[in-house]
Amino acid sequence: MAEKRTDAHPDSLASHQNVALLMRDITKVFPGVVANDKVTFELKVGEVHALLGENGAGKTTLMNILYGLYQADSGEIYLYGKRVRIRSPRDAIRHRIGMVHQHFKLVPRHTVAENVVLGLDGAPFLAPARAVEDEILQLGERYGLKVDPKAYIWQLSAGEQQRVEIIKALVRGADILILDEPTSVLTPQEVEELFKILARMREEGHSVIFITHKLDEVMEVSDRVTVMRRGKVVATLSTADVNKPTLAKMMVGREVVFRLKKVACERGQEALVVEDLWALSDRGLPALKGISFSVCRGEILGIAGVAGNGQKELVEVITGLRRATRGKVFVLGDEVTNENPRRIADKGVAHIPEERLKRGIVPEMSVAENLILKRHHRSPFCHGFFLNLRAVKRFAHHAIEEYAIMTPGPDTPAKLLSGGNIQRLILARELSGEPALVIAAHPTYGLDVGATEQIRQILLEQRRRGAAILLISEDLEELMSLADRIAVIFEGEIMGEVSPEAATLEEIGLMMAGEKRRVRR
Amino acid sequence: MGWESWIIDTLKRALAYGTPLLWGTLGEIYAERAGVVNLGVEGMMILGALSAFAVAQSTGNPWLGILAASVVGGFAALIHAFFSVTLRANQYVSGLALTIFGLGLSGLLGTSWVGISLKNPLPKATIPGLERIPILGEALFRDHSYLTYIGIVLAVVLWFVLYKTRWGIAIRSVGESPSTADAMGIDVFAVQYLCVIFGGILAGVAGGFLSVEYRPAWTEGMTAGMGWIVIALTIFAAWDPLQAVGGVVLFGALYHLAYRLQAWFPPEFLKLMPYAFAILVLAVAGLRKVKRGAPASLGVPYVRGQR
Amino acid sequence: MKRLGPFVFERRLAPTRTAILGYSLLAILAALVVMSFIFWAYGVSPIKAYTVIGRTTLGSRFGLMEILRRTIPLLLCGVGLVIAFRAKFWNIGAEGQLLAGAVAATWVALFSGVSGPVKLPLMFVFGFAAGALWGIIPALLKVKLQVNDVISTLMMNYIMAYFVKWLIYGPWRGPTMRGFAYTDLFPRDAWLPLIRYSKVHWPTLLVGLVAAMLVALILSRTRLGYEIRVVGDSPDAAHYAGISFLGVSLWVMLLSGGLAGLAGVGEVAGIHHRLLEPDHVSLGYGYTAIIVAWLARGSPLAAIITSLLFGLIFAAGDEIKVTLQMPFQITGVFNGLILFFLIGVEVLLYWKVGLVRKGKGWVGKAGS
Repeated sequence: MAEKRTDAHPDSLASHQNVALLMRDITKVFPGVVANDKVTFELKVGEVHALLGENGAGKTTLMNILYGLYQADSGEIYLYGKRVRIRSPRDAIRHRIGMVHQHFKLVPRHTVAENVVLGLDGAPFLAPARAVEDEILQLGERYGLKVDPKAYIWQLSAGEQQRVEIIKALVRGADILILDEPTSVLTPQEVEELFKILARMREEGHSVIFITHKLDEVMEVSDRVTVMRRGKVVATLSTADVNKPTLAKMMVGREVVFRLKKVACERGQEALVVEDLWALSDRGLPALKGISFSVCRGEILGIAGVAGNGQKELVEVITGLRRATRGKVFVLGDEVTNENPRRIADKGVAHIPEERLKRGIVPEMSVAENLILKRHHRSPFCHGFFLNLRAVKRFAHHAIEEYAIMTPGPDTPAKLLSGGNIQRLILARELSGEPALVIAAHPTYGLDVGATEQIRQILLEQRRRGAAILLISEDLEELMSLADRIAVIFEGEIMGEVSPEAATLEEIGLMMAGEKRRVRR
Repeated sequence: MGWESWIIDTLKRALAYGTPLLWGTLGEIYAERAGVVNLGVEGMMILGALSAFAVAQSTGNPWLGILAASVVGGFAALIHAFFSVTLRANQYVSGLALTIFGLGLSGLLGTSWVGISLKNPLPKATIPGLERIPILGEALFRDHSYLTYIGIVLAVVLWFVLYKTRWGIAIRSVGESPSTADAMGIDVFAVQYLCVIFGGILAGVAGGFLSVEYRPAWTEGMTAGMGWIVIALTIFAAWDPLQAVGGVVLFGALYHLAYRLQAWFPPEFLKLMPYAFAILVLAVAGLRKVKRGAPASLGVPYVRGQR
Repeated sequence: MKRLGPFVFERRLAPTRTAILGYSLLAILAALVVMSFIFWAYGVSPIKAYTVIGRTTLGSRFGLMEILRRTIPLLLCGVGLVIAFRAKFWNIGAEGQLLAGAVAATWVALFSGVSGPVKLPLMFVFGFAAGALWGIIPALLKVKLQVNDVISTLMMNYIMAYFVKWLIYGPWRGPTMRGFAYTDLFPRDAWLPLIRYSKVHWPTLLVGLVAAMLVALILSRTRLGYEIRVVGDSPDAAHYAGISFLGVSLWVMLLSGGLAGLAGVGEVAGIHHRLLEPDHVSLGYGYTAIIVAWLARGSPLAAIITSLLFGLIFAAGDEIKVTLQMPFQITGVFNGLILFFLIGVEVLLYWKVGLVRKGKGWVGKAGS
């Protein structure tokens, strides 16, 4: 790369008085992937600018470069016409850039005020947290960001935590605010709240970059939109001039016909029955408070809800990974409450776990060895004390082919696979035993469109085969298109159950916020 | 001679035996609060003990000995910081290496100092006024090493810094969630380096206390596993400097009480008591579930922008 | 990618076998270089030191036999630690487990009343059991009470050492030993046969080699080995798969402690023929075995090679003491240095190093 020594502003752009930020020809390479390929991005003063793209399109990488978390391999950044170098978040903050990450950068065991004051220039040495409490309350008034400065982060809902993140940026005087997928953890009502806050910020002269992959949000909140695909910018447009289908096509790179073939299925025997289930969270607080439902063979029951309302605990109790303090779980008519996970799995329960990398695979072990996890103690893979390595290998070849797992070979360590292929590996392992019950927690979270489509097809195929499926997801569209029934969970209780054909998003949204309880069968 | 003198005696001995444990534990608490486990305490202490003795004996000034111990302990910790923070090596192995290295080096360099008793050990002090408090005054404020008093004051100061100041918030945040601290412009590596080195300085002083005050002489391997007890106490104290004082006094008292049983048990059994207590203390901590209070990122090297 | 002077570093995800071997040798070499400085600072010419070491260890039959003798306990403890480290169980307690084995063997030899050809096998069985028992306690403490394994295993070393002291100063002190703190000499049927003109008790060596092979088999081909590897690599995945943490931990520490116990049997039945001061029974073999296992990188067969290496270091330590009048602790310094350099080169394993080519930038599409 030719080094440009000039700090002067390029003439062609000098006329654009109202440009807050220009990132030009940004390139960033990670091992195996070009995350940003000569990306140019422009933000005007006082606009909300949507950065639209699929997972892996390079949106977050670009913004992490702007925020100083990564260094670009090449390219330049101009703020208000002046060339800047941003080497660290500290630099970014000094240049009045704030970022709200998708996974909040908060210390759960600290208070709101302690989190706000962390690393804040000019905070007093003694009792720094107390010093910012007033300011937090004032900002809360001004922008509608209500939050108690003395509360601990772990006590707050996701929406409140997000407010803390925004306050953190505002306290540091951020003019440019980056929001990375801010709506993914919010209820529809909280999303409305957020949009109001963004409108207030725009009025006060802030510029906002809004990273998302949801078209509705782009149309609703943004002034302009930049679409990215596979590390490149496809186009930057004024939101008023575009419509959803056009954006969708730009984002995915082809015509999107998102219609899953869902055939009617005969409801069979009850595969899973949950009766008055109670359980505690990791912190020892009640996470499930008397949950009851059942799932039959040949149907998909969707569980909707904002993250952290007991979904994780529900899955863990059913699969034997967490103790139920009260209530019963039946699989195919047999009680399995608080049985050990192996015994439950052996009964024909497949579990596609939420934490794919942490739980779903053993990263250092080979693809073949990962494919027999949970069945490694049974025939044909194990006879007595010894493993049958030939059977393991045979099964691996078969599974890699059937589920189209892209891997150099069965002996490759599982950690080297991409996210989509890791999920295919898990599905191959869990579904090849023809389970009676499939528990799928966020099965398409963070995957690209191709893998998402394939995995949804596989789940429908299982339903057709006669498996009962419990589908936990935060993606309402996914639930609406796959599930036969949707139950909404809020603070460890089922708020009600709806059929996807009859329900509206608003209805479900209200139940997700715990505001309304409706039982309709 | 009733229960009063019994309590006074127990507390007095507990504090004396507990002083090096306290210094070491306070240091380890700071390192671990910043997310770095340092299993090299034993090695840092023994190097501190040797350098303190050598300098105190050569110069005749025990305080210079303590100063030397703190410098040497700090440098030893710097090695651990380099391996575990910069190179992101396994923190357990790096700490073990430091201990093995420290024990070996002190044995190698200490041969010429063996068997000499220090001419000028650290003096003891009595705090005027406070010593007149009945029972407690005599137990806590009379005829203790300066390092005992400083250690207790230090515990209070370190507690205050950890919970009530800017630095404390930064240190705790680095141990809980380094990526958060990084995003807020805290230099994670600098905080970890400083805390580990600070821990080494205190461990060095702890070792120095042994060779210029507790038993004013140099013997090979004289720390005798105290560094490991420090690590147990760090967990028992739930990473809290004030609780560390309590833990250390409790531990010292148990140790002293075991000696009261001399008439009934052979000496070898009394000598193995501290080690059994260390396990016991951790088992109690397990029952109290203090592990839930461990810094969330303890032992995990921080890598920025890991994909 | 990073640039440093004329070098380019590119991240790689899985190190190759050659890289591992090469970098391990590099670490040892680096430790030797630093050791030269220490020799020099001690007033001994490093060249002379290394010549003496080479001549007296590798250069003579006696030296080679001394290496073998030291290798035996290192191999048994090291193979045991390989199992423990594969399950990420931090067994720092091989030293105590070795002593436990020595105690049990002594009991069989002196106090059990057994005699004849079953005696030696019985000593091995009891030694294994005692070491295993001493290993299982920390496993239970870890799983049931979350007691940190590093500390519990380490503390148990001290406890066992004082227990041995109590035995030899107290109830087991030999009446024929004139007040020395030893037990009586073992009867002849409790002596292990030696390779002629050496102190190499070959049956124990054989046991060690067989153990290395068996453990390799267990790890790669059995259900237990599979579960050990899952637990070691990802405890969360193990939990998810319904693998019993308690069961695996108990098995791991039973084998790990038991093998160390066998090493203790070998030392008392092969060399000392009595129980004596703990730091004479073992010169810290249990601690050095940690490095043996770490250098072997989880492979029991590689532990055969690495234990030979450290056998050489121990033999060299003896020579340095006698010939150069330097304390035996020099081996501790060297061991610490090797361990530091080993984890230091670990970082390099994940980087591919190349030279910057002139004029060309570095925007490659890297990796496979």
